[in-house]
Amino acid sequence: MSEQLTGQVAEDWRPSEVQRERDEWRRRRTLRSAVIAAGSTLLLLGGLGGAVVSSPGWQRVQETYFDWDKAVSSFPAVLEGLWLNIRVMIVCWILILVLSLTVAIVRTLRGPVAFPLRLLGTAYVDVFRGLPLLLVIFLLGFGGPALGLSGMPRSPLFWGGLALVLSYSAYVAEVFRAGIESVHPSQRLAGRSLGLSYGQTLRHVVLPQAWRRVIPPLMNDLVSLQKDSGLIAVLGVSDAIRKAQIETALDFNYTPYVVAGVLFCCLTIPMARLTDRYARKKGYHGAGGLL
Amino acid sequence: MSERASSLSGASGTELLRLSGVRKSFGDHVVLREVDLTIEPGQCVVLIGASGSGKSTLLRCVNLLEVVDDGVITFEGRDITDPQVDGDEVRSRMGMVFQAYNLFPHLDVIGNVTLALRLVHGVEAREARSRGLAMLDRVGLSEKALARPDDLSGGQQQRVAIARALVANPRLMLLDEVTSALDPELVGEVLDLLTELKGEGVTMLLNTHEMGFARDVADQVCFLHDGRIHERGSPDQVIGDPQEERTRAFLSRIRA
Repeated sequence: MSEQLTGQVAEDWRPSEVQRERDEWRRRRTLRSAVIAAGSTLLLLGGLGGAVVSSPGWQRVQETYFDWDKAVSSFPAVLEGLWLNIRVMIVCWILILVLSLTVAIVRTLRGPVAFPLRLLGTAYVDVFRGLPLLLVIFLLGFGGPALGLSGMPRSPLFWGGLALVLSYSAYVAEVFRAGIESVHPSQRLAGRSLGLSYGQTLRHVVLPQAWRRVIPPLMNDLVSLQKDSGLIAVLGVSDAIRKAQIETALDFNYTPYVVAGVLFCCLTIPMARLTDRYARKKGYHGAGGLL
Repeated sequence: MSERASSLSGASGTELLRLSGVRKSFGDHVVLREVDLTIEPGQCVVLIGASGSGKSTLLRCVNLLEVVDDGVITFEGRDITDPQVDGDEVRSRMGMVFQAYNLFPHLDVIGNVTLALRLVHGVEAREARSRGLAMLDRVGLSEKALARPDDLSGGQQQRVAIARALVANPRLMLLDEVTSALDPELVGEVLDLLTELKGEGVTMLLNTHEMGFARDVADQVCFLHDGRIHERGSPDQVIGDPQEERTRAFLSRIRA
């Protein structure tokens, strides 16, 4: 850093004795910290790994969960199931964004006229944030088709997806609402003073700013949806987990579950890194920095 | 009282804006009481007074950003305090500039200036752009058209805000302490612009703590205290030779 500066700014500047000592001290400290951190991490991981491997039941666990041949033979079926998860995730995510944004906007409306709508929005968010996702999937997945509503599909895929959309939209609506409310009221005032209507101000002034702020938490929820899309396996939908279950049932070797787990991680980890990178680019530094 | 005399003499019928008996309170706190005021086209009326005296609230009531508790505000001969009036339409005929600029950070400078032209005034995009650029040129910022507000100095941001308010040819400009958030060396560029606008016949209602500026451009100065206009008249009268004890006390505090 200091070398670059001397090159560009002041040709004849050389770090003083004091500065060279400080730089030297900082270098030594950085090196020492890195060595300690790396060493302690290795020690911890080695210790944990050693404890698992040396445990009395390890031999059996290895055979039932980490059987390479079984992994290879079950891989195509599980991968095929994962493709369903991906499609469910994409369709649900689009519906979730639409529904949650609608609920969030309804909840930020003001005035007595909007009271019934606000009440409805609040009740929806309260109920679906309170219910465990698995319970919603069971209720809708088995109860929905049983209603026998005309025009409604009876497929568990539809009802399971609906359960995901309803449950997630309640959370994502709160993310959007936080974003909308984080835009300073003076921005609304500026929009209205120009003659923009309430809706125009929302659409052109408030939402574009809110949207930028909530992208990192939204991506976090998307990562979460990627894995939770596997929960609809309980309805018998042949997704990655259900396929793994079928493979497992052949010989009671659980390796296909591990395969499914690894595949889910292959989806979510890149997404998580992308979220981090985006957040950093937008200046969300979080903890850390100089102080 | 000079108060009553001036409100009677203002009944000429040519006025652009008239406030009569305007009252506004927030909860138990009464901010404006029986405020009367008239502005003729081309005039510049300056409100002075301590913080909390009701100056900003008065501007916001005129812009219908606040609903008055009582009284009537007439703009272009129409009672705009009538609840059946379309507030958006009224606001589109006024330009408001805020102390903290309130530019839209997600839009570039030209986007800020042309937003209302496109959305409210139905001006087609290319036409809006050329009018926006002309207005930016007018405030000396045409080379900043594609910059983001955050990359501008405070004085430049406030000039963009003035351009944004002015671009749709408003009948009345409302300027709420537009130099109070600026570093001292940037105040001049904004006040110079306002002085030029006054010379071009733009009607202005503003509040400020810049007494020198008020003396130079105001046709009428109103001293507000505790929600009432205590003294009004030409700048030479109110600032140069105040009659009321409270006005004198305020001016001596501001000069100290």
